[in-house]
Amino acid sequence: MDRIPILKIGDALLVTIQVDMHDRLATALEEDLTSKIVAVGARGVLIDISALEIVDSFMGRTLANIASVSRMLDAETVVVGMRPAVAITLVELGLELPGVKTALNAERGMALIQHRTADESEQAEADDDA
Amino acid sequence: MPDKLPIRAGDDVVRVRQQVRARAVEIGFSLVDQTKIITAASELARNTLDYGGGGEATIDVLAVPKPGLRITFEDQGPGIPDVDTALKDGFTTGNGLGLGLGGARRLVNDFAITSKLGQGTQVIITRWK
Repeated sequence: MDRIPILKIGDALLVTIQVDMHDRLATALEEDLTSKIVAVGARGVLIDISALEIVDSFMGRTLANIASVSRMLDAETVVVGMRPAVAITLVELGLELPGVKTALNAERGMALIQHRTADESEQAEADDDA
Repeated sequence: MPDKLPIRAGDDVVRVRQQVRARAVEIGFSLVDQTKIITAASELARNTLDYGGGGEATIDVLAVPKPGLRITFEDQGPGIPDVDTALKDGFTTGNGLGLGLGGARRLVNDFAITSKLGQGTQVIITRWK
């Protein structure tokens, strides 16, 4: 079966969705990401959906699940690159993806994740000094 | 000539989306309108598969009274006992979010559903240009 590739960049995992996913592929991605977060100790997950022409309720639920599970494993998920027409459609559909952080593009998404890890290491240093 | 597409497996849902997209582009739908009708079709094709036990989608390109796209989803599944309740957000008997039917209705201009217990369900959606 096809799999969506997961790249590791520093403390973060990067996923670029480039195909029209069938439901099984979306579920496989959720499982793969979850094991990879634990395997590499990732602190953030960046999911680029700029190539996706639609996000329906199944895909939306998969993104929300990934965000919840990764939060439980101490990693922050940021969904980036949502097309304007997809955003309009999702809101009308009634799917506002609670709990899923978004950023306009990959650069800003990565900055969000790095900001979080930087804050935490500063906090840790302050604790060490005390 | 309408396109008739079987919905028997997950891959067929993808195929329905792709065909709907191709027709919507031909008609000259705006990007937002394309996205809405494809998303609605995706929700309903999945319903046909998950709750209707499979069926088929028929895609019609309309010219009168104006350009539009009509998609009919049919299954011979168990039927929906209470259609009004099934259209409410949050209602689900499966593992979805319960946004499928009600959500799809908000994404199109015309929405018609007929369901007979033990015989099946037919959903017709139309989006005009």
